[in-house]
Amino acid sequence: MSGNVVPKGTYLLVYLSLLGLTLFTTGAAFLNLGPLNPLVALTIAVSKAVLVLLFFMHVRTSDRLVWVFAAAGFLWLAILMSLTLSDVLTRGWQRFLL
Amino acid sequence: MSEDRSALAHQFHSLEQQFEASRLGMWLFLATEVMFFGGVFTALSVYHSSYGRIFDEASRHLDLTLGAINTAVLISSSFTMAMAARSAQLGEQRRLGGYLAATIALGSLFLAIKFTEYFHKFEEHLVPGLHFSYPGPEAPRAQLFFSFYFTLTGLHALHMVIGVGILLVLLGGAAQGRYSSLYHSPVELSGLYWHFVDIVWIFIFPLLYLPGLRH
Repeated sequence: MSGNVVPKGTYLLVYLSLLGLTLFTTGAAFLNLGPLNPLVALTIAVSKAVLVLLFFMHVRTSDRLVWVFAAAGFLWLAILMSLTLSDVLTRGWQRFLL
Repeated sequence: MSEDRSALAHQFHSLEQQFEASRLGMWLFLATEVMFFGGVFTALSVYHSSYGRIFDEASRHLDLTLGAINTAVLISSSFTMAMAARSAQLGEQRRLGGYLAATIALGSLFLAIKFTEYFHKFEEHLVPGLHFSYPGPEAPRAQLFFSFYFTLTGLHALHMVIGVGILLVLLGGAAQGRYSSLYHSPVELSGLYWHFVDIVWIFIFPLLYLPGLRH
């Protein structure tokens, strides 16, 4: 029942990586990278979320059914966002077509 | 395992099966939470696509220092929560209590810092609807940004308050020695919730606090 006990060092390493990535994303926000700024910030945020999901939330060592349930939430979110933004972000394009 | 039948509900074959069922239920709940916060994040991106410049400018009025400190505080609380779940798994009663108390302390510190920020916004007339004032003609758009700020961080803070409440119940249970290496699913599942709330903040911080820096 005790299942997979994750070594203390793994948690510590994930923790330090999360702190490091927070420092990195804050530092990157001070640089003017133009349209790359949001991309960098989101990439780092997704990396941090994946670290938390895989290690702190034990998705890495969970069975496949947990993977399916965890992925389902993000899949539906991806549908919500992509369908919504595919409308909103392309509304200005009609002037190229007319 | 026979001495611990008390923790096993009658519809399950084994504690293992019981644990897996409850963990799956928690993940289902978290999937609905992804959609719950996801809706607000989607709305934010829709409005940002129209009013990006003024949103990014209004973002300068958020307190980056307190936001960054709070990010570190919350990540630290996730670490102590992960260690609490590990201690429960190993049946280390005293360490479980210690890590739970540390997580509660860090969660409360986060809320204290958050409410300090809210108080400053109140003083600066940046709370939408309450004598909101913002220089320039873009004030209505800036008010919309602050509506998103208070909606997202407010819903997140509400989740934190609930989380601290759950951890207090766990701490009481741990003091009575209710959790063991055979039965620790309440600690593990509360941990999943706590880490999820951490992930929400991991997105709130760069989306709300960071865009103002380069303006």
